[in-house]
Amino acid sequence: MSEDEDVILIGEEEIILLLEDIYYCYGYDFSDYSKASLKRRISRIMHHDKLPSLAELKVKVLKDEEYFNHFLEEITVNVTEMFRDPLFYKELREKVLPQLSTYPSIRIWHAGCSTGEEVYSMAIMLEEEGLLDRSLIYATDINQRVLEKAKSAKFSIDNMRQYTQNYILSGGKKEFSYYYTAEYGKVLFKEDLKNRMVFSTHNLVADQSFNEFNLIVCRNVLIYFNQDLQNKVIGLFNESLPKLAYIALGSKETLAFSDYENNYKAVNAKQRIWQKIK
Amino acid sequence: MAKNKIDYDVIVIGGSAGSVDVLMKIVPQLPEDYPLVVIVVIHRKVIDNDLLLSLLQSKSKIKVKEAESNEKIEPCCVYLAPADYHLLMESDKTFTLDFSEKVMYSRPSIDVTMYFAAQVYKNKLVGILLTGANEDGAKGMRDIKNRGGYTIVQDLSSSTAKIMPEAAIKLVEPDEVLNVENIIKTIININTKI
Repeated sequence: MSEDEDVILIGEEEIILLLEDIYYCYGYDFSDYSKASLKRRISRIMHHDKLPSLAELKVKVLKDEEYFNHFLEEITVNVTEMFRDPLFYKELREKVLPQLSTYPSIRIWHAGCSTGEEVYSMAIMLEEEGLLDRSLIYATDINQRVLEKAKSAKFSIDNMRQYTQNYILSGGKKEFSYYYTAEYGKVLFKEDLKNRMVFSTHNLVADQSFNEFNLIVCRNVLIYFNQDLQNKVIGLFNESLPKLAYIALGSKETLAFSDYENNYKAVNAKQRIWQKIK
Repeated sequence: MAKNKIDYDVIVIGGSAGSVDVLMKIVPQLPEDYPLVVIVVIHRKVIDNDLLLSLLQSKSKIKVKEAESNEKIEPCCVYLAPADYHLLMESDKTFTLDFSEKVMYSRPSIDVTMYFAAQVYKNKLVGILLTGANEDGAKGMRDIKNRGGYTIVQDLSSSTAKIMPEAAIKLVEPDEVLNVENIIKTIININTKI
């Protein structure tokens, strides 16, 4: 949905104070997130929830944990789509999956997976390459509510035309509709795709590495982080990748400027896919 | 031109349908050492993203690049908002790219970039809105004007699509309404003429 832009005037200092309170109250640290993005998100929440001032938002957020969970869902950007940037998926399919197919088992981590559209895209691709049975996809996000949506395997039918186009451009091998059944304005994706997914909350800012992976996918998450936090998160990924494993970022994100840049070589610089070489 | 002399630091140029041609006339005219920051937000398809960048680079004396998250905003450079991302600005004068919902069916949204530019650069900012077929940009131009910036809208007779400039003229009462040739003259001499 497209909507009007009417950003409520909120001072940056006020936002910083709210973020500090949230950190003390709930332990979520947003201090290294883009203030400009947070300003828009907070303004949007105030519009939607008809809150006239930041003070009132603050009271609700700090007193009502249920409301905080809603705030947490809205404060991060959860816009995503299936086979987003089709040529990125084509590159994964043609360059990375053949390498992964040489392993007896494949572990993939989708960090910041939001409502899961890209996780299902990955599962579809793995199935078509005959790899899904021996793959496990760990799908994590900071926020439980979007993970519930991802787990439901249900997506709006309105987007299927776009997703079908993306799927075809990405080198899809079947009819896209083979993977879902339509019901009441939604589509439900096949159970066997979901069987190979593990959903869990994970906070990239605060939590540790939890496994080693053959491929980490983290797209359009780092753009909201300042340079220090980007570096820290890339460090976390670096710890979670053995030599020869892959990492894939969003189309405007890079490993350059991080301390770990030299550990990787580009598989495809334009599509933002790298392989760990040391 | 009754305004007191202000040295401007930044120009934000917004446009949609027809504006690539106008941009191809403006940017190659800027000298290599043009002292202002130029930020360009043009609606276009993802697939045309690299094409516009390389076209502009090949024709221009001034440095042209795509804006990146956390990049420091510096003069003598034309920054393009990448297709399919909103371009935000932080108070420390760095960019942030943002993949949130479209605004008025547009991503990048001209309103969004102009809003943040107005917050950060206040009366050091010039907003220019070109031809286009939707009403994005009008509110952004209003934000620029409200914060003391200078506003220029392309005139209707030289605009291939009139909805965008018309909406801004109606909402904002811009400081100037100019054809392309005069837009170029004005921005080249911006810190001497106004």
